[in-house]
Amino acid sequence: MSSIEFRKDLFADERDDALNEIGKPTIRQDILGHVTGRSPYFDDHLFDGLLHLRCVRSPHHHARIRAINTRAAQSMPGVVRIIMPQDVPNNLNTLLALIGFGKDDEALLQGNKVAYQGEAIVAVVAETELQARNACNAIQVDYDVLPHVLDVEEALLPNAPVVNETYPNNTFDYHELYDHQKLRFGDTQKAFAEADHIVEGQYQMSPIEQAPTETCGAIAAPETNDRYVCYTSTQALFFSLGTTAKLLDMPSSRMHFIGGTVGGGFGGKVDSLHEPLAVLGARLTGRPVKYSYDRAEEMQVGAPRGAERWRIKDGLLSDGRIIARQFTGFFDSGAYTRLSSYAIIKGTGHLPGPYTIPNVSSNVYCVYTNRTPATAMRGFGITGVDFSIECHMDKVAETVGMNPIELRILNAYRDGDMKAHRRTAKNCALIECAQVAAQKANWSIEPQYAAMSSLQGGGAERAQIPQTVIDDVGKIGARKHNAIETDPATNGTISSKPSSTVTPVHATQAMGDSVAPVSNSAPVANVIAATSPAAMNVPAVPATHGQTPPPQTFTQSATSPPAGAPSSQAPRPSPAPPVVSTDAPKPVEPYRPQQPFSRGVKRPGASPFVSGTRRR
Amino acid sequence: MAKTPVQFTLNDKETAVFVDGGANLLDVLRRVVGDLSPKYGCGQGTCGTCTVLIDGEPRLSCLTLAETVSDQSIETTGGLADGPDLHPLQRVFMEQFAAQCGYCTPGMLMAAKALLARNPNPQREDVIEAISGNICRCTGYEPIIDAILDAAGEMRGRVS
Repeated sequence: MSSIEFRKDLFADERDDALNEIGKPTIRQDILGHVTGRSPYFDDHLFDGLLHLRCVRSPHHHARIRAINTRAAQSMPGVVRIIMPQDVPNNLNTLLALIGFGKDDEALLQGNKVAYQGEAIVAVVAETELQARNACNAIQVDYDVLPHVLDVEEALLPNAPVVNETYPNNTFDYHELYDHQKLRFGDTQKAFAEADHIVEGQYQMSPIEQAPTETCGAIAAPETNDRYVCYTSTQALFFSLGTTAKLLDMPSSRMHFIGGTVGGGFGGKVDSLHEPLAVLGARLTGRPVKYSYDRAEEMQVGAPRGAERWRIKDGLLSDGRIIARQFTGFFDSGAYTRLSSYAIIKGTGHLPGPYTIPNVSSNVYCVYTNRTPATAMRGFGITGVDFSIECHMDKVAETVGMNPIELRILNAYRDGDMKAHRRTAKNCALIECAQVAAQKANWSIEPQYAAMSSLQGGGAERAQIPQTVIDDVGKIGARKHNAIETDPATNGTISSKPSSTVTPVHATQAMGDSVAPVSNSAPVANVIAATSPAAMNVPAVPATHGQTPPPQTFTQSATSPPAGAPSSQAPRPSPAPPVVSTDAPKPVEPYRPQQPFSRGVKRPGASPFVSGTRRR
Repeated sequence: MAKTPVQFTLNDKETAVFVDGGANLLDVLRRVVGDLSPKYGCGQGTCGTCTVLIDGEPRLSCLTLAETVSDQSIETTGGLADGPDLHPLQRVFMEQFAAQCGYCTPGMLMAAKALLARNPNPQREDVIEAISGNICRCTGYEPIIDAILDAAGEMRGRVS
């Protein structure tokens, strides 16, 4: 009955072959509720005396708020409470604070400077939705309109307006060191010089709205025992719980969150913006409060998949083998970080696509612009770069006059190959996929390509980590002083240290950022190499070069980012003393609750904002 | 604000409510009557999620003024099943995975019911036309179309 052919030779060692569900419809456990209209979406909970919350939103891309006048609105019919930015107990958050990644940069209600059109400023809680809307219209906000920037590369220019004051360089700070995420594998510049062809391309993707049929929202109501129940459309219940606890400075044990029935999400319901305001509204009014986007807000304010721009430069030999690939990527994070910083880590781990290329370099920027903040959506971090890579593969095929499927087969990962992020490829199947695709599409490929296999030809030389050139161009803040290249730098040099003295590199170090432990004496030029592929999965061990002093230069310059950012082209003779700038901003301590939330979960990695005990 | 008395049948049950001027039928069904099966999707008549049958015709309840349905017959997904016995459309939707998040399903079922009432033997194109006003953002249209065709066959068999 099924038209799916199972390739049982693939993943044979990983798969239980007793599969009898794939390819057949199955009865979902929640579907009876769906077909009878009884599935409990967040808005399907009725409360007596339900109040409606709506927000006053910025009409400007970028503006300083001079004054907010709520007098007229306060006396309007049905208005119960007006929530000002100062009513939010801890009005600054970043979504990934729950896993300790990034700095708090976004207010729940913004009282100082709005950075995108639609940013919430004041919330009105009223008896009916119409009354809340009318009161919102009656609130006057006096704006000082600021210049805005909507393009990622314009946002990187030294004179660009500062979008997000937490990140004054308009870029997320990676590893407290660089204004972008680096990946270095081999020596792309040298390989470009040896290549027969260079193929360059630029690709970009607009923001995409998830547009779930059910708009984002939450209903919160006071419960007994000083708790608040919250029905929510969230896709990330514990994100929402932790974020609410943090923003409201309230133990999560006082909150009873109920989710799980989501009317379409696709990533657009992870931002946890509704639950905190709904719970705050319930706390301030003592009544049930509903806060939900209408469709227009869902489209304008609801966070989309962010726009991406990618430049790819390939160096290839005349037989079609790609020997070098360089990426420059720009993620449009919008005005705040949300999840874009993480999307880039994910995307960088995905480079250079499913191809074995011995020299890869990449700089990817998480850029703040005055656009709607971007968030998760179906494979975010991967989709845009995959689109770019595959478009580029076609361009490469055209340039060298090759069959595009054969080009992919020729360059595909094979079992045992080393990937650019220092993991060994296994259970590869691109060759087989491409062969089946060609067959299904009646696309002829030469017998030699039809005979190729992921199981053969990999490993050995292709399992080696090449001598890798690294550089420290693009320190945090350097770009503010003068425009520097965004592409992976060309000024790294290979040191002559024998590779046998170099210890294996952990994947995260190898991505080019936490390289301090192995790159001690000369921060602008270091070689990372490894002798055996089997050693790759061993956790990082700091290198012990004979005569070199302890590693320090990278981490120390990171503590004074703007002033200590060097753009020197030559290796420094010896480890420089730490550059301590007096006007360097003091790092902001991450938020911690004043008192630990009661019965805090102690296990490693648990969010400090979620309390409670594990059930046994 | 003055309220208007409105009387109609909802799933064959006499219903009488007082509605605010300007209130739409969707809000009245959900918040006043308490039938939560029609869903809010866009509030502007573009997504079809709030589709109900008014005198047998599929209508967007978010754009229908509640005052205008006096003496009319309204059907929603909440009344589709006969007690524990599911309507053939519901059962086939279940069996054939014709719902993912389920949010568009009540509207889809109502659009399908109207189609099968006026055309018990629809072609695939007729089904596509009939649900063209209903957005499934999970994009599971194919199983929905298949399910409606299969339900049509089943209902024809039952009649003959």
